[in-house]
Amino acid sequence: MPKFTPSELDAHKAKLLAAPAKKAVIKVGLNTCGDAAGAQPVMAAIKEEVQKAGLDAQIVKTGCSGMCALEPLVEVTTAGAAPVQYGRVTAEAAREIVEKHIKGGRVVDAYKVPSVGDMSSEKPVPGKQYRIVLRNCGVIDPESLDEYIARDGYQALKQVLSGMTPEQVIAELETSGLRGRGGAGFPTFMKWKLTRASRPGEQKYIICNGDEGDPGAYMDRSVLEGDPHAVIEGMIIGGWVIGASQGIFYIRAEYPLAIERIEKAIKQARANGLLGKNILGTGFDFDLEVRLGAGAFVCGEETALIASIEGLRGTPRPRPPYPAQKGLWDQPSMVNNVETLANIGQIVLRGGAWFGAIGVGRSKGTKVFAVTGKVKVSGLIEIPMGTTLRQVVMDICGGTSSGKPVKAMQTGGPSGGLIPASLLDTPITYEDLGKLGSIMGSGGMIVMDESDNTVELSRFYLDFSVDESCGKCAPCRIGGTQMLRTIDKIVERKGTAADIAKIRKIALTMQRGSLCALGQTTPNPVLSALRYFESEWTERLVPATKK
Amino acid sequence: MAAAAPGDLALIAKRWKDKRGSLIMALHDLQGRFGYVPRDAAQELGKQLNVPLARIYEVITFYNYFKLEAPGKNIISVCMGTACYLKGAPEIVAKLSEKLGVKAGETTPDKQFHLQQVRCIGCCGLAPVVTVNEKVLAKVKAADVVDQVYACAKGA
Amino acid sequence: MTVKAIINGIPVEVAEGTSILDAAKKVSVKIPALCKHPDLDHTAACGICIVRIKATGRTLRACCTPLENGMEITTHDPEIVNVRRGIVEMIMSKHPNECVTCARNQNCELQTMCADFNIHTTDLDNIVPDLPVDATTKSIVLDPRKCISCGRCIQVCQKDQNVWALTFMERGIETRIAPAGDISMAESPCVKCGQCSAHCPTGAIVEYDEGPDVWAKLADPELHCVVQIAPAVRVAIGEAFGFKPGTNLTGKIYAALRRMGFKAVFDTNFGADLTILEEGSEFVERFAHGKGELPLITSCCPAWVDFMEKYHSDMIPHFSSCKSPHEMVGALSKTYYAEKIKTEAKKIYMVSVMPCTAKKYEIQRSDDMKSSGYQDVDVSITTRELARMIKQAGIDMQSIPEEQPDHLLGAYSGAGTIFGATGGVMEAAIRTALKLVTGQTPGRVDFEVTRGLKGVKEGVLEVAGKQVKIAVAHGLGNVEYVINKVREAKQKGEAPPWHFIEVMACPGGCVGGGGQPYGVTDELRLARAKGLYQEDQAGMWRCSHDNPYIQKLYDEYLGKPLSEKSHHLLHTHYNPRPQYQR
Ligand SMILES: Cc1cc2nc3c(=O)[nH]c(=O)nc-3n(C[C@H](O)[C@H](O)[C@H](O)COP(=O)(O)O)c2cc1C
Ligand code: SF4
Ligand code: SF4
Ligand code: SF4
Ligand code: SF4
Ligand code: SF4
Ligand code: SF4
Ligand code: SF4
Ligand code: SF4
Ligand code: FES
Ligand code: FES
Ligand code: FES
Repeated sequence: MPKFTPSELDAHKAKLLAAPAKKAVIKVGLNTCGDAAGAQPVMAAIKEEVQKAGLDAQIVKTGCSGMCALEPLVEVTTAGAAPVQYGRVTAEAAREIVEKHIKGGRVVDAYKVPSVGDMSSEKPVPGKQYRIVLRNCGVIDPESLDEYIARDGYQALKQVLSGMTPEQVIAELETSGLRGRGGAGFPTFMKWKLTRASRPGEQKYIICNGDEGDPGAYMDRSVLEGDPHAVIEGMIIGGWVIGASQGIFYIRAEYPLAIERIEKAIKQARANGLLGKNILGTGFDFDLEVRLGAGAFVCGEETALIASIEGLRGTPRPRPPYPAQKGLWDQPSMVNNVETLANIGQIVLRGGAWFGAIGVGRSKGTKVFAVTGKVKVSGLIEIPMGTTLRQVVMDICGGTSSGKPVKAMQTGGPSGGLIPASLLDTPITYEDLGKLGSIMGSGGMIVMDESDNTVELSRFYLDFSVDESCGKCAPCRIGGTQMLRTIDKIVERKGTAADIAKIRKIALTMQRGSLCALGQTTPNPVLSALRYFESEWTERLVPATKK
Repeated sequence: MAAAAPGDLALIAKRWKDKRGSLIMALHDLQGRFGYVPRDAAQELGKQLNVPLARIYEVITFYNYFKLEAPGKNIISVCMGTACYLKGAPEIVAKLSEKLGVKAGETTPDKQFHLQQVRCIGCCGLAPVVTVNEKVLAKVKAADVVDQVYACAKGA
Repeated sequence: MTVKAIINGIPVEVAEGTSILDAAKKVSVKIPALCKHPDLDHTAACGICIVRIKATGRTLRACCTPLENGMEITTHDPEIVNVRRGIVEMIMSKHPNECVTCARNQNCELQTMCADFNIHTTDLDNIVPDLPVDATTKSIVLDPRKCISCGRCIQVCQKDQNVWALTFMERGIETRIAPAGDISMAESPCVKCGQCSAHCPTGAIVEYDEGPDVWAKLADPELHCVVQIAPAVRVAIGEAFGFKPGTNLTGKIYAALRRMGFKAVFDTNFGADLTILEEGSEFVERFAHGKGELPLITSCCPAWVDFMEKYHSDMIPHFSSCKSPHEMVGALSKTYYAEKIKTEAKKIYMVSVMPCTAKKYEIQRSDDMKSSGYQDVDVSITTRELARMIKQAGIDMQSIPEEQPDHLLGAYSGAGTIFGATGGVMEAAIRTALKLVTGQTPGRVDFEVTRGLKGVKEGVLEVAGKQVKIAVAHGLGNVEYVINKVREAKQKGEAPPWHFIEVMACPGGCVGGGGQPYGVTDELRLARAKGLYQEDQAGMWRCSHDNPYIQKLYDEYLGKPLSEKSHHLLHTHYNPRPQYQR
């Protein structure tokens, strides 16, 4: 394939769209989880059957469609008909589907599954899914640059490089109201603007934060695996805006498929003039490399991540100076989350105003969540901001798996908090979740039913944070361990009211005295459990004995 | 563990030598080759990359991923992420621990199995998840886990 | 550029980049700080220095946050103080309560912090890790249980000294200091400089204490105990007795040592003068007569010698073969002196009092250190150890009258005194080299280019119409630049960039040695060095060759510099050593 110029890119896209459609398209979800659920043999069976029967069918391996609970997933589209989803497909079932559906034109009801929520909605409606970030996930073959280009891929890059100024891009981002999806929710336009303004003309870096250490969350993995070029396109645009010639993907080593797909996509982009020297013939030079994490949650924190890229222990550094001033190798650097970057192309193409019209208040656009726990249909969803927690559990995910009432939801992972069932009507926005003592976080969402216990769940999170503390600063390093020991005492029914007071005191010391957000937020799950479910704690206490 | 051909290390060093801050990447390669980071290999790598051994050790011991000792033939990882935790991962660990006679993080005396806990491998929808070497087992039940693990273990 | 801000309601103006911690000092506010050492970069490890930023209500660390224009800061309010106390309590929960038996008792930053916060009860569990003490180097002792992970030693060892013996291992609550892998300090590249111990806020790294041994030997009627004190000791030990830094207590120390029971009190400065004659002659041989390689590199710092043998052994041909001054005095005490007093060498027990922990290692470095037939120096104690011994002996340093040393191995010139400061060896050597080359008394004895705290000092001096290029480096981290330039020139076959190089392992030289009283900063280094230069100025003799006792020694015993006898007693050899024994 040639190195594209802007007009060649358009011509190539037109050619792809004009190609005659196959009679049938069969999509098999082949992300990490699909593979784990057994999608490989399904794929093999389909290929074999199609070949044997000499059918005119296109077989595509796609990324995550979001219905993790129903993996392996197969989607069949025959000419003129709406796509049909099959779930929990085995190799046997796959043969049957080819036989009956592709050959015979009959939907096989036994394996047909409804999509999670309603994914086809054209307009963003609270309570329904609306896909911006996930628009290509489960739809295209992530390893095919053509399929990405056919779906407007690299159009935003083309638009930016051939006619916009960096300031215009920043202005679009400001209008869009996009905030960082990595957890803290810092306005993205502001970060881009500050990094652009910082030390002009010097070497700068843009870094994609693909560390995703929050246990129980896999939004970023699905995007990296399912639509790698979208993140790369966001990176290139970001690099151009801030004046960087080098970008780095930092991806956790636990995600080998994501790494493989990103590396492949980088090669494709480079081979086609979309990366490297003289991108799209516009004179802009920018390249990407991939660095791996090595099993440290704290490396998701931006300064620790930078230290890790430098080949050091991933311990956070004091801020200020912020990475925009002094980041990787002391140069101005910008760390953006995967999902944040995946939004960029669409914002550029469809305009900041379009994005800004989605959501409520200061929380704009959509947010991807990984909903797990005691929920009927666990999976990956993308919803407009402002959707309520109740809509997520009840409408989109079909209520609890046990049928028991929801007891609480947890957002923000180990840095977040528990939200009791009584507050399920809270709209999902940065502000509303913050008010309840939780956070938006990166998108982990855990549903608990009446059989779950908040003392134990908060202990679980605390244990995680203690395990992942980098150990650099005393309040987090020692405070976490001391808090854990105190909770263990309560769990063993040996604690007294004084231990609750002790927990609160340790929590304050950690919140105020810890260097980074890990230590500062470690007490959150415990504090929120104490706040909303105090009786679960007090009923475990023994009366204080007189000394 | 078979001794590596000296060329391997040299190759790894050559690949990363001129890339700034590439120690962690080189260690990934090294562990990929040996299954862990042997001391003499670390020492040699340090020499070739011009990185002090102390730096290598502070990095290896910081990151969970790196091992200082040869793990067993089969690495069993039980996910202890939130989703898996809620769906019974602790019982799975207990079961395997009991059967293998080792705690999480340990290797069986016959060096056949290394049992470890990991934090979310990103398949939460399939919770609880156990991996045996590269193979991912989805929706594992404590009652079946031992059989399932043995079924995909190498030469045990 | 300055910034203006408000701290506790008081306006303050400081240079841009000043930390909140330092800015607060300007308005008489003392923010407690535990991990920050004024001599080092911040490590941000304790959190005790937190202050509240009014605009955001958030707490930030004062030690590592630069003051910004318009900031309004509260340094103390009930919540902040509570949090600070909470942190100290946490640290103590993981720290053994062993103050009364600890080397840092009454001189410990953590203990002081506890006292200041009046922590007398805690409801936290005791979670002191069970980690073994490592005394394998016999120079420094590591007790990782007492470590509070402040990171100072690691910064010093890795960055300032470039040795990389110490590192943080593991993470989280398991974080501990150790050499790379599970090896002992003796098996690590540690060069025993003791800078880690000089900067540690606690008793986690201290000198290997040999005070009790010395007492035992002093009490042994069979032994003839003699002692020598290094140049840098005299201007630092006073800090342990309430004197101003830099106060020169030479005469009082002699007196104290005699009261402690030493039969003869010598001075390492004498050995320094002797070193200059030997080393100066060596230089002249190489420089004027082309015998041996240039540059010549000084060898009186054992940490530097160890570092060179481990990291730069290709420099061995450049090294002066001279032993360090205290070794020379040690060797002579068991030969020359022993003969004079008609005592068997084996009965003489030589104690050297040094600013230095590496000297403890040096005395057993190789068989060359037994040139008298016995170990030339039997034990080497640090300034800190001597200060404690003086206290044990009930000696009032404030009022004790000054005494003279035993001149045979105790008289010295100003050139010998300034050995204790970086550049001193070079300056002293130049004074004598001028004489040796020209045969005339030098017209000038002050060579300021060698003085001060710049990491590498370079200069060109006229010696008998020829240019002598010199370099002085202190702090092992500064050595690489110098050595690399020498190496480059050698590889290219060019003339050496310098003819004579002085290296001292400790920043500031021995005045900033690893065994000196705690709390070293550049200010303190300069004050101590000033004490030495003042003595040099005031002294009867400014040059080593003018020291009549040195002349006497050559006349009566050694013959001339670099004689066979000199070589046997005063010189040594070097061998490459592996950085890691394991
Ligand atoms: C302990 C900790 C872990 C974090 N982990 C992640 C992560 O896995 N992925 C991520 O994008 N951001 C993570 N963050 C947030 C990052 O520090 C940073 O704010 C973010 O990557 C910025 O990108 P954004 O502005 O696009 O959100 C973490 C922060 C902390 C304190
Ligand atoms: S708060 Fe915890 S994770 Fe953050 S720097 Fe301190 S010890 Fe490390
Ligand atoms: S991947 Fe599965 S098993 Fe692992 S944490 Fe996620 S849900 Fe649990
Ligand atoms: S280090 Fe300090 S606080 Fe700790 S035992 Fe020694 S004197 Fe006490
Ligand atoms: S300070 Fe307290 S513990 Fe220490 S010696 Fe005095 S009384 Fe005893
Ligand atoms: S004595 Fe010197 S070399 Fe040894 S650990 Fe301490 S600072 Fe490092
Ligand atoms: S040994 Fe001392 S200086 Fe080193 S980290 Fe521990 S407390 Fe700090
Ligand atoms: S090395 Fe330092 S302590 Fe030793 S003799 Fe020289 S100046 Fe004195
Ligand atoms: S500079 Fe002086 S105190 Fe420091 S190690 Fe060398 S001889 Fe010892
Ligand atoms: S469908 Fe595979 S990640 Fe969910
Ligand atoms: S929680 Fe285990 S894979 Fe995510
Ligand atoms: S003195 Fe500032 S963090 Fe320790």
